[in-house]
Amino acid sequence: MSHPEHKDYTGAKFGMWLFLFTELLLFGGLFILYATYLTRYPQQFAAGGKELNVVFGTANTVILLTSSLFAAMAVTSVQKGDRTTTLRLLGLTVLCAAIFMVNKYFEWSAKIHHGIYPGSPRLGSAPLGESVFFGLYYVTTGLHGLHVLVGAGLLSWIGMKVNHGKIHQGDFVTLENGALYWHLVDLVWIFIFPLYYLIL
Amino acid sequence: MSLPATSSDGFWSDTGKTGIASWIFSTDHKRIGLLYLYSVLGFFLVGVLLGVLLRLELMAPGRTIMGPQTYNATFTVHGVVMIFLFIIPSIPASFGNLVMPIQIGARDVAFPRLNLFSWWLYVIGAVIVLTALFTGGGPPDTGWTFYVPFSAKTGTNVSLAVLGVFVLGFSSILTGINFVTTIHRLRAEGMTWGRLPLFVWSLYATAWVQILATPIIAITLVLVFVERVVGTGLFDPSRGGDPIMFQHLFWIYSHPAVYIMILPAMGVISEIIPVFSRKPIFGYKMIAFSSLAIAAAGSVVWGHHMYTSGMSDTAILVFSFLTFIVAIPSAIKVFNWVSTLYKGSISLEAPMLFALSFVLLFSIGGLSGLVLGAAATDIHVHDTHFVVGHFHYVMFGGTGFAFFGALHYWLPKFYGRRYAEKPALVAWALMFVGFNIMYFTMQVLGIRGMPRRYYDYLPEFARLNLVATIGSWILVLGLIILLVNLFRGLFRGEAVGANPWGGATLEWSIPTPPPTENFEEDPVVTHGPYDFKGAGKP
Ligand code: HEM
Repeated sequence: MSHPEHKDYTGAKFGMWLFLFTELLLFGGLFILYATYLTRYPQQFAAGGKELNVVFGTANTVILLTSSLFAAMAVTSVQKGDRTTTLRLLGLTVLCAAIFMVNKYFEWSAKIHHGIYPGSPRLGSAPLGESVFFGLYYVTTGLHGLHVLVGAGLLSWIGMKVNHGKIHQGDFVTLENGALYWHLVDLVWIFIFPLYYLIL
Repeated sequence: MSLPATSSDGFWSDTGKTGIASWIFSTDHKRIGLLYLYSVLGFFLVGVLLGVLLRLELMAPGRTIMGPQTYNATFTVHGVVMIFLFIIPSIPASFGNLVMPIQIGARDVAFPRLNLFSWWLYVIGAVIVLTALFTGGGPPDTGWTFYVPFSAKTGTNVSLAVLGVFVLGFSSILTGINFVTTIHRLRAEGMTWGRLPLFVWSLYATAWVQILATPIIAITLVLVFVERVVGTGLFDPSRGGDPIMFQHLFWIYSHPAVYIMILPAMGVISEIIPVFSRKPIFGYKMIAFSSLAIAAAGSVVWGHHMYTSGMSDTAILVFSFLTFIVAIPSAIKVFNWVSTLYKGSISLEAPMLFALSFVLLFSIGGLSGLVLGAAATDIHVHDTHFVVGHFHYVMFGGTGFAFFGALHYWLPKFYGRRYAEKPALVAWALMFVGFNIMYFTMQVLGIRGMPRRYYDYLPEFARLNLVATIGSWILVLGLIILLVNLFRGLFRGEAVGANPWGGATLEWSIPTPPPTENFEEDPVVTHGPYDFKGAGKP
């Protein structure tokens, strides 16, 4: 009595979408905090927002959007059976992720250099809401950065599977799900960027 | 459709791997179900031991066996173990895994490897929680609720404990995703939504709550962790944060989580009652629908844990109103179960006794919940032993008793042997009596003003506390008899056939114990889950 290994394309995507919901809700908790504290401390949030560097933020937005495009193209090319292009596009996506993290590193170091970090003396003497703003800023962008790292790791692992021929024209749902995850990472940033860098 | 019972060992023997690896690396839903079952049972016993120690301390006023700090740590660990390690995974992860795929006519869950990974995450989370007890500043003393500002400040090892709970939450989410996908994608031909066993319906609703609520506690615990490690001040009033926001985020998960605990238990009851009344369930559609209604309404009532927190009066009014709405679908279920019994040919065997006591104990717990849901009365009994009595009635009297019912009802199917009936009845009687002596007394104490989470109390509470402690001994005596009888029976008891109870759901149509692939041929379902006409007689 032997049964072929169970493969369910729709099921796999269904499961992935459910997982993405949970990720949205995870960040949702931070957005709730943002909303409540913004109504409580509008001025301090505005002052904090001014400290953030729009150039860094915009650059990172462009980089992430581009990387999402690469990820989507990688899905199309694997469907066409073009392994080399798929690998190249995945490589570009991961490269974008790396640039994003380098930017983030410089952005955070500049902040820390200016004495803006949780528990710093400067924030200690600033008006109450400002340290909440930066606390949220660090937690939100930090958690997002962690997701960028996880996503990049995931896409590299998928790249290896493509290279070994485990993911191919006939069975590419893993790559598709990886790309979905990457779009989520991108999407979350699309909300973080205006909330922290633009509207304040 | 029904296959003859064979005398083979089914899924016990038919496997590629050997020894312990054939268990801890197995992707068979039945083996994973048993792994979960023994893990949660183990932690349940740990929790019971701690609970008994709490009761011993409260046996007489003043210091009896432990001082205040030890008491604080003991009730915290008792709560954390019982909530996160026992009751949340209890029925869904063990019996959900064991029987749900068979009940829908599938060979396994949608993602078998993810299923194994969930169990491993559970183990890892448990190890982290246990490590927290013996490292750093010692076992956490915050209560299972980890309220700030205390949890951000205390010197005990809260950081590691919340990390462990975070991992456990991840495990729970993955089980939820797996079950929702399984129920959508893997139902056998003819297994329409209207023919799903009610246990499956309840797991379906539970799985959605697991998916939608758990991420919120995950982020909340991350925030407590970050607060302790780098001090972001997000909940610290001296830096502009607001501790009440913690309570909101915590209960946005933890209230729906009580439905993760109770819904699967209601599913078990909806299976047992019709089988032991030999009557189709009354109001199938309403029971299925009320599971979803409870899951939905239960997501918007979290504020009733916070009436005394200083939240606005408008919010209190709204949350109080919404809380009363949840009582409706719960009552619908109770009425439907009782109507199923009406004119049924009831046989009072162990699973049925546990199911019936569920209905009674859950009703007592639910009604005392209304006392707490009404803001006016809650303010008087908030944080008293009334609350402790209330949640033990629903969680232990409810889910706990349903879990024991499920052990007696389903385990013979998987072991091919059964427990002895008489000792099971004795065990049930002792537990039922002991339970009520202990927790009803605690509710009375609460009404008279005895607060929770204190190792000491005023002398006028002494007599009732002694009574409650004696109740705990009777309860534990019953529990010991139950477990000894059950497991001795499973290994050495009388052999059972494919369908010992005369059930009509699919798990009774396959051989006992079930073969590795569950079904020789993909089943085609032609009748409803409580249509006993075609099912074998016990
Ligand atoms: C023989 C079994 C049990 C005994 C003797 C027992 C006893 C107790 C006692 C005396 C307390 C109150 C401590 C206080 O507030 O001063 C308590 C708290 C608690 N129990 Fe149990 N219990 C038992 C089983 C359970 C079960 C099965 C569950 C859940 C499924 C559970 C969950 C809890 C929780 C969540 C708390 C609150 C802890 C806190 O305040 O943080 N208990 N238990």
